[in-house]
Amino acid sequence: MTITHFTAAAIFAFFASIVLGITQRSVPCQMVRYGVFCFALFIAAVIIGSWLMYFIHS
Amino acid sequence: MTSQKAAQQESAESKHLIILLAGWFIPGAGHLMQRYWVRAAFLFTSVVSMFAIGLAIGGKVYHPNTGDLLEMLGFAGDLGSGGLYFVARLVGWGSTPVLVTVADYGTKFIVVSGLLNVVSAVDAYSLVNGRKR
Repeated sequence: MTITHFTAAAIFAFFASIVLGITQRSVPCQMVRYGVFCFALFIAAVIIGSWLMYFIHS
Repeated sequence: MTSQKAAQQESAESKHLIILLAGWFIPGAGHLMQRYWVRAAFLFTSVVSMFAIGLAIGGKVYHPNTGDLLEMLGFAGDLGSGGLYFVARLVGWGSTPVLVTVADYGTKFIVVSGLLNVVSAVDAYSLVNGRKR
């Protein structure tokens, strides 16, 4: 199986966010919100980190 | 009376420990034993999927070792997957050397699925002893 770097990071973020959402909050509604928040942070970190590496490399 | 209370407390503590160990050995089992069906299903799916995708993209499963520190930490992380780790070792999955960058992602997937499984087992333990509602 071959996947791109971004797909790998997105899959990682998706599953990690589910577990973090369930374990770090008590109420289902807060779990969903925290999971979405974690996912957004993961993806933002990937995009910002990628651009930083691009500029450092060039 | 006091001995009865002590026996009850001991029995409760052993039940808590069983839930912790079950949650570690089978992802989501700790929640399942407390009838948190949906949480158990999501935790099981997430941890098993991460582990399986890690193997599918060529990730490495660490063996017990006393060499490089990162290898030892990798083994500790992998061991967090509980039963999945033992199945992978028995079947021989993840024993091919990592040759491409994406396969290295696979190795991280496997380690992190183990760490997330430990987090979920501890969460089940916190639920049963009343630390979390």
